[in-house]
Amino acid sequence: MSNIVVDKSKVPWWVSNVIVPLVNLTLALLVSGLFVFIAGENPIEAVKLIIYGSFGYIQGFAYTLYYTTNFIFTGLAFAVAFHCRLFNIGGEGQAYIGGLGVFLVAINLSFLPVPIVWLLAIFGAFLFGAAWAYIPAYLQSKRGSHVVITTIMFNFIASSLMIFLLVDVIRDTNQMAPHTVKLPEEIWLPSFEAFSGILGIKIRYSPLNLTFLLAIASLFFVWFLVWKTKWGYEMRAVGHNTQAAIYAGISPHKNIIIAMCISGGLAGLLGVNEILGVSHKIQAGFPAGYGFTGIAVALMGRNHPIGILPAAFLFGILYQGGSEVTFEMPNITRYMFVAVQGLIILFSGALENLFRPQIESFFVRRLNREVNA
Amino acid sequence: MEFLSDIASLINSTLRISTPLVFAAMAGIFAERSGVIDFSLEGKMLMAAFVAAVGSYYLGNPWLGLLLAIIVCVCLSMLHGFASVTHKGDQVVSCVAINILIIGLTTALAAAWFGQAGLTPTLNENQRFLEIHLPFADALRDIPVIGTLYSDILSGHYVFVYLAYLSVPLVFWIVFKTSFGLRLRAVGENPSAVDTAGINVFTMRYKALAINGVLIAFAGAHLSTAVNANFFREMSAGRGYLALAAMIFGKWHPKTALIACLLFGFTDALQIRLQGVELPAIGEIPVQLIQALPYILTVVLLAGFVGKAIAPNAIGQPYIKER
Repeated sequence: MSNIVVDKSKVPWWVSNVIVPLVNLTLALLVSGLFVFIAGENPIEAVKLIIYGSFGYIQGFAYTLYYTTNFIFTGLAFAVAFHCRLFNIGGEGQAYIGGLGVFLVAINLSFLPVPIVWLLAIFGAFLFGAAWAYIPAYLQSKRGSHVVITTIMFNFIASSLMIFLLVDVIRDTNQMAPHTVKLPEEIWLPSFEAFSGILGIKIRYSPLNLTFLLAIASLFFVWFLVWKTKWGYEMRAVGHNTQAAIYAGISPHKNIIIAMCISGGLAGLLGVNEILGVSHKIQAGFPAGYGFTGIAVALMGRNHPIGILPAAFLFGILYQGGSEVTFEMPNITRYMFVAVQGLIILFSGALENLFRPQIESFFVRRLNREVNA
Repeated sequence: MEFLSDIASLINSTLRISTPLVFAAMAGIFAERSGVIDFSLEGKMLMAAFVAAVGSYYLGNPWLGLLLAIIVCVCLSMLHGFASVTHKGDQVVSCVAINILIIGLTTALAAAWFGQAGLTPTLNENQRFLEIHLPFADALRDIPVIGTLYSDILSGHYVFVYLAYLSVPLVFWIVFKTSFGLRLRAVGENPSAVDTAGINVFTMRYKALAINGVLIAFAGAHLSTAVNANFFREMSAGRGYLALAAMIFGKWHPKTALIACLLFGFTDALQIRLQGVELPAIGEIPVQLIQALPYILTVVLLAGFVGKAIAPNAIGQPYIKER
């Protein structure tokens, strides 16, 4: 156990917010390399493949940004709830139900002109995701049932519910597979291919679409909401010290509900990317683990939009480059990258204080020496 | 008579299905009574299932597989302790990290070692646990009531089933009747008082986590080397969370936690029997909704129809000595 005491006010911001996270990330990646080695492949080759797959050609890079879009949504979702000290592990289920919201709005209102139906569909995604987060929030604040367990249970329930709907209610009856009909082509979100066509670049298919800009806008939205509004202030106050917040006249109940609903809504926006932007229909299991990855993204990004953007991009690289690796290396499956996420959460979340005192005191001493010299 | 045998088979499967939940809930009691949140029961159970299956496959003996699973689970518990007790990291984050790590790692390694499907090889009779038939089970079967009770319900289970139900009084005795148990509960309620009394809070929490690791290993081994004969992807299917919910519903007490586990087991057993059955008045219930029953029950139980659950006072808080 370390007994190093560091005066927090003397630590420069870039040490605690850049250097320490980078050291933690490096540790996580080193252990990941060890796992790749245990699985019988060369970790250095794997890194080369990841970099080639995510940056090496324009289509790969477009895929990287497409994954980044998803991770921004789910990362922000976890971060918003976390500022109220709520662990929203239910991003997966909220995204699933959010997808239902997008689809129902889009298919029923497809007669409306294009920007309006998009806005309404985005609203639908947010609303459905928020509604799915509302119940766990209510149970947490009124009944004290731990939000981690209820949100996990709501993931299972969402999955059962959606399979039921996809099999028995909204399935495309001309198909055997459990998915819905496609949305009419007029209301699809414009893809990156279409844009690049205008610019004169020809690329093969990529799932990157206009939702990327929505994700960037969400980053600003969350920053503004959490740090610049009364709601955000109250939310953080409840998260920091519930008793003090109550004393200051802030209702924990109200803020738990608001935080979780916004969190669920942001997770729901994943459905906009997947359904309005990419597949244009609901497929069974489309959130595919993005909700869980959001936890790692948020913790790595220190729950701040400025950190979440690079963290989401890093996971985009890992996912896209990872698919290159699974293609080239028979012993590596996509589950290896789930393990990498776990390691990143471990080192940048739970073990974030592992080397923090040492690193901070190292820099504080060096800076002091410079001042004295 | 058919109705009676239906009931008997329902009780029989309830006992079997509840087994991993009981082990996990008992494991959870040790961790949480000492003041450490343990959502990582889920991940540890999965890891135990994987290690037990791989271990018995290579070593040819399910007991050695179980031993390996125990060692690995204790290590995972120590990792949780290292992050959240020693380094005072967030306990929930540490658990989530372990769960996600294990979901990925088990399937990734199974795929790397045994092929793309992520299954471990099927164990033969020497490599897995077999059902134990109690003495005279066949002879007593024809006696009404006692025969059903003894031969159809009590006999014919895997060793883990008996161990699970024996562990409950044992845990009760340790937690409530020994001085170790008193210290354990005190560490979870008021660590600074325990510290003042000269007991090391950190050591107590590590000990609790070690016991936690041993118990949860049994749950995983039950899944992969007894009920099933191999490991498959995410085979724990939320049981760790169900057990934790059962423990909370049981107010961190072995006896009431056992009842909650049996309730979960019963719902699950019922769920399996209800699939495809036409119910009077309602008709056939969609299979997906029936499968969601245990999860819905968890939410309902946690919402608490029996008053609010009171957790150990110091739960979730890292102990900081110099305050």
